[in-house]
Amino acid sequence: MRILLGVGGSEESLQALQQTVERAVAAGDDLTVAILEEVTGERSADDIEADVEAELDAHDLEAEIRHIEGNAGSELVSIAESEGFDGITLSGGTTSPMGKIQLSSTAEFVLLNSHVSVTLIR
Amino acid sequence: MSANRRFPDTVAGPFESPPVRFTDGAGREIEIRAYDGSDREYEALASMYDEFDPADRAQGIPPSDERRIREWLDNILGGDCLNVIAWDGETAAGHATLVPDGDASELAIFVLQAYQEAGIGTRLMKALLGYGAESGVEKVWLTVERWNQPAVGLYKKIGFEISDSESFEMEMAIRLGDGESG
Repeated sequence: MRILLGVGGSEESLQALQQTVERAVAAGDDLTVAILEEVTGERSADDIEADVEAELDAHDLEAEIRHIEGNAGSELVSIAESEGFDGITLSGGTTSPMGKIQLSSTAEFVLLNSHVSVTLIR
Repeated sequence: MSANRRFPDTVAGPFESPPVRFTDGAGREIEIRAYDGSDREYEALASMYDEFDPADRAQGIPPSDERRIREWLDNILGGDCLNVIAWDGETAAGHATLVPDGDASELAIFVLQAYQEAGIGTRLMKALLGYGAESGVEKVWLTVERWNQPAVGLYKKIGFEISDSESFEMEMAIRLGDGESG
């Protein structure tokens, strides 16, 4: 399957990266990693790219890395739909101090708008 | 997310702090007390959440298996968190908690199914806010599913205002103090 993985600056994003890379190796997925410039938070896009490369190297996986500017959710959906991806994967949001699961605005947009399957990593 | 959270300008309350005793809508004698940190009260809460109907979960809490319930309880019953429990004798019927989040606190409340719609939630909420105000908490927020109109109505009646209606869950906030009194 052709999978488009959206990665931002959150810890949950790194966890999603790790799990998705492991899954891609096991399933033979064709992975493209999209670094979401809009939601890098306190990190820089270059830092995130270094993490992505390290994760890919650790699993000996080849994957295209792209930087996406503008609205993260709408860009992910439009790339996935126009370029024939089978699915979009991204972190499923954060948890509040209480432990409540909170959907990020990116995840919410993708869920409500994507015509391709969406996987949220928890 | 918490960076652009808005709180009402006016202070709500005052709310009566625990202990609070009352007869609920089903004629049961209920007492609301602050959590005392004992194993007995901890275990009573763990049993309450073990019995909790999964359909009444909110955004993943309470968790559904015992190990996760205990991890979650360890998190919200420790540190600077404030907890009140509604007791029907030895049975924990409801629980409300304030978890610190920067200069504010996040609130959650749960009432066991057999004790719902008897006025316990409102009393529990007020007792927690009274306990919070007494402990120096000034700003409180919560999230609620937007379709859960009974809950939204209850929170509004108590003094919560909608602070963010743009995200998936609706956010509401209340002010308990304005930093002027000590």
